[in-house]
Amino acid sequence: MKHIQTLETRDLPKSAVTGGCGECQTSCQSACKTSCGVANQTCEHKNED
Amino acid sequence: MLHQYQMNGYSIVLDVYSGAVHVVDEVAYDVIARLGKSSPDEIVAALAEKYADRPEVTPDEIRACLDEVEALRAAGQLDSPDPYAAAADRFQRRPGVVKALCLHVAHTCNLDCSYCFASQGKYHGARALMSFDVGKQALDFLVAKSGDRVNLEVDFFGGEPLMNWDVVKRLVAYARSIEAETHKKFRFTLTTNGVLVDDEVIDFANREMHNVVMSIDGRKFVHDRFRVDCAGNGSYDRVVPKFQKFAAARGDREYYVRGTYTHYNTDFTADLLHLADLGFDRLAMEPVVCPPGDPCALTDDDLPVLLAQYEALATEMHARERAGRPFTFYHYMLDLAHGPCIYKRIAGCGAGTEYLAVTPTGDLYPCHQFVGEPRFRLGDVWQGVTDRALTDEFARCNVYARPACADCWARLYCSGGCAANAYHASGSITGAYEYGCKLFRKRLECAVWLQVAARYAPDGAPRDSAETT
Repeated sequence: MKHIQTLETRDLPKSAVTGGCGECQTSCQSACKTSCGVANQTCEHKNED
Repeated sequence: MLHQYQMNGYSIVLDVYSGAVHVVDEVAYDVIARLGKSSPDEIVAALAEKYADRPEVTPDEIRACLDEVEALRAAGQLDSPDPYAAAADRFQRRPGVVKALCLHVAHTCNLDCSYCFASQGKYHGARALMSFDVGKQALDFLVAKSGDRVNLEVDFFGGEPLMNWDVVKRLVAYARSIEAETHKKFRFTLTTNGVLVDDEVIDFANREMHNVVMSIDGRKFVHDRFRVDCAGNGSYDRVVPKFQKFAAARGDREYYVRGTYTHYNTDFTADLLHLADLGFDRLAMEPVVCPPGDPCALTDDDLPVLLAQYEALATEMHARERAGRPFTFYHYMLDLAHGPCIYKRIAGCGAGTEYLAVTPTGDLYPCHQFVGEPRFRLGDVWQGVTDRALTDEFARCNVYARPACADCWARLYCSGGCAANAYHASGSITGAYEYGCKLFRKRLECAVWLQVAARYAPDGAPRDSAETT
């Protein structure tokens, strides 16, 4: 019996090596303008994985 | 650091530093809650007693669960250590590279919304329109300061930018004319209240605007409470048909219908569902930004109502998704597999460094929320950023620089949040707007739950992918 299911997520420690290009959308430019976070942003290179 | 919570029959565990998300059964949920507090033998004994009425939960089964937990720990996906703190400076913004501008092309508005953080578009100053020359200089400044960044973002903002539409169109044409020679790509966003939207605006925006943000608050009586013209007449009936036409014409292009909720409509889920029922499928709804004493300000008593609303919204979105009537809510968008890298998660929104606001007269501010506050004037589009100390302050404003975020499980999802909200609430851009934090954490729990519920039934069984489309 399996007790834990793990969703596919981005490997954050690995992204410290591969990330940081800075080409992604600025958080506040998309819709909110008042209460931004970064969780709902997408990596500019998502289609290159 | 771990965060675990239960929602709608699901038990969910977030591993903060690896970014892993786990959906677990009750036994694993209890095991994980005891990690670091009890020995394995103590955990087995305690849970065997707790589940004594469930014959399948034997001590051996609990040990098997502990083995699963240990395997995930060994793989760095559960209770993983913080590998970023010692090198947080490496992840902070580097002053000097600018890649996004909020162009305030009109510090004036054709609506008179009393809740407007921009003081009816004037930002506590005089009414003004940006000239083409100022806008052109802003674009040249952006290109000159963008370094090797290719994608540059420009948001036409106000006030109401359609009150300066000819300048908007000329600036777009100018930007397009220099893209090839400068090896840049401009992505434009238009934020509008809809009053002046017509076929020509729609056609132009669909050719040139990467994103369009349409301001509408929801139900007619909610929208018309604040979004009135100078004669006091509500604008709902004027703007809704225009926005419906605009949104339909966007096709696959990005747009958001964006509202503001206040103390007067803490049942804002009804407004979002109203917008969905009007045919809009990309929605955003933000808590009002105003001083605590303002009648429309959210109160402590409102908070539990708001948290319940977010949960009700997620539940309804999941039901509509499964019924083939999905819509998107901005704060519940979560691409777990292709989300932002750790640099962005630590460095935050970029206000004051790579993201700047430009006033009609060409002054630079850290972002639109700081415009009109003299202490935050950074420079102008001719001289560039001249207040180096201030831009350095914003560059250092990463999530590890915020004391209030040190123990927060959500910090790599919100990145410390909005510097302007923090400043207005605490007097420091590295402070915290705790009320907003509570809303953010709830939204994030709901967003993760939606991802989990799309993939697994409450008993942990994977959903048939064909069934969940």
